[in-house]
Amino acid sequence: MELSDTQRPALFSYLLRHADDRLILGHRLSEWCGHAPILEEDLALANIALDLIGQASNLYQLAAAVEGAGRSEDDLAFLRNPDEFRNLQLVEQPNGDFAMTLMRQFLFDAYDVRFLEQLQQSSHPELAGIAGKAFKEAQYHLRHSQQWILRLGDGTPESHERAQQALEELWRFAHELCEADELDRELAAAGLVPDLAALADSWRQQVTEVLAAATLALPHDPYQASGSRQGRHTEHLGYLLAEMQVLPRSYPGAQW
Amino acid sequence: MSAADFPEGAPPAPSEAGVWELLEAVPDPEIPVVSIVDLGIVRKVECAGAAVTVTLTPTYSGCPATRAIEQSVREQLQTHGIEAALKTTFSPPWTTDWIRPAARERLKAYGISPPERRRGPLPCPFCESLETQLQSEFGSTPCKALHRCKSCLQPFEQFKCV
Repeated sequence: MELSDTQRPALFSYLLRHADDRLILGHRLSEWCGHAPILEEDLALANIALDLIGQASNLYQLAAAVEGAGRSEDDLAFLRNPDEFRNLQLVEQPNGDFAMTLMRQFLFDAYDVRFLEQLQQSSHPELAGIAGKAFKEAQYHLRHSQQWILRLGDGTPESHERAQQALEELWRFAHELCEADELDRELAAAGLVPDLAALADSWRQQVTEVLAAATLALPHDPYQASGSRQGRHTEHLGYLLAEMQVLPRSYPGAQW
Repeated sequence: MSAADFPEGAPPAPSEAGVWELLEAVPDPEIPVVSIVDLGIVRKVECAGAAVTVTLTPTYSGCPATRAIEQSVREQLQTHGIEAALKTTFSPPWTTDWIRPAARERLKAYGISPPERRRGPLPCPFCESLETQLQSEFGSTPCKALHRCKSCLQPFEQFKCV
């Protein structure tokens, strides 16, 4: 599709944000492979990781084409530094225990289903197509994480305490999910992407309802992380990238 | 191009029906009892003279079989003297509704319960019992879910409905 000279770099930046979210969260989930508490969850977390990394790959390919600078999807994933990543701070948080991983996932999935549902309406046909496919996947991701939040929160005293602790730890990173900036507004006005801020109320409603049903209390933490989309990150991202990127950086162009 | 460019025995230009028929013989790499045409992965075949374009759609965003499928398609067509250009489409997104009825039967005979739109318990592919239970929405490949039959105690997979 024809993009104006200002839309092209804007859409590229936008695609990186959402590809980075999926790559980083997918990588985090893949760290559970072989370590999950039960076999079914080992498979589930690896499957979700695969979906997210596949979605990232599709978005990076589109980003590379939109940028038109000869970079590949692998260049975008493996040859950028932490301050060039635009993923949410939420998704780079360490796995912690199982409750922490599932709480991070639930907060993200509840947003992602809404985001992708709207992104399917993009006036950019390829972006709409990638979103349509991902939307189907996000729905069963959310069913999975939501069921676990209910089971852990309303489970044993131990699981309840851990789920509450995870929520306290992660709540400060959740506000950014539906936080729109100038780039969002510009592209939304052109019909290319959804109005992110408009998703906030329904996200909050579902999250609040599920947490209440899980007997978990909303934290009073007034601090709200911000700036991820401008490249501000917690210290965890650098370690994650160091591990994820070491091979292609050490052996540029390696093939197997 | 003139007839002189094709000495005797030059292959005739491929037809769309001919290419579809060749692709019928490409099995899914994970579930070889069904072909990629049975599953609805092949979306379009276009022939313009000797130029052939095949459009494929992935089942899941991260399906690891996607590259293997592209390679099998290329090899199958090359064996028959056809160099095809491959395209990927995401829209409309792949759905299990595209799986052919005959392929559903083959999935069942293979021990994988075919996708079901209707609600309610899934029949066991081994003993037909409806006393079955969903164990997990995630299985050995992105397209399958894990179930268990409470009658014959056999665990089984279902091609999940998307």
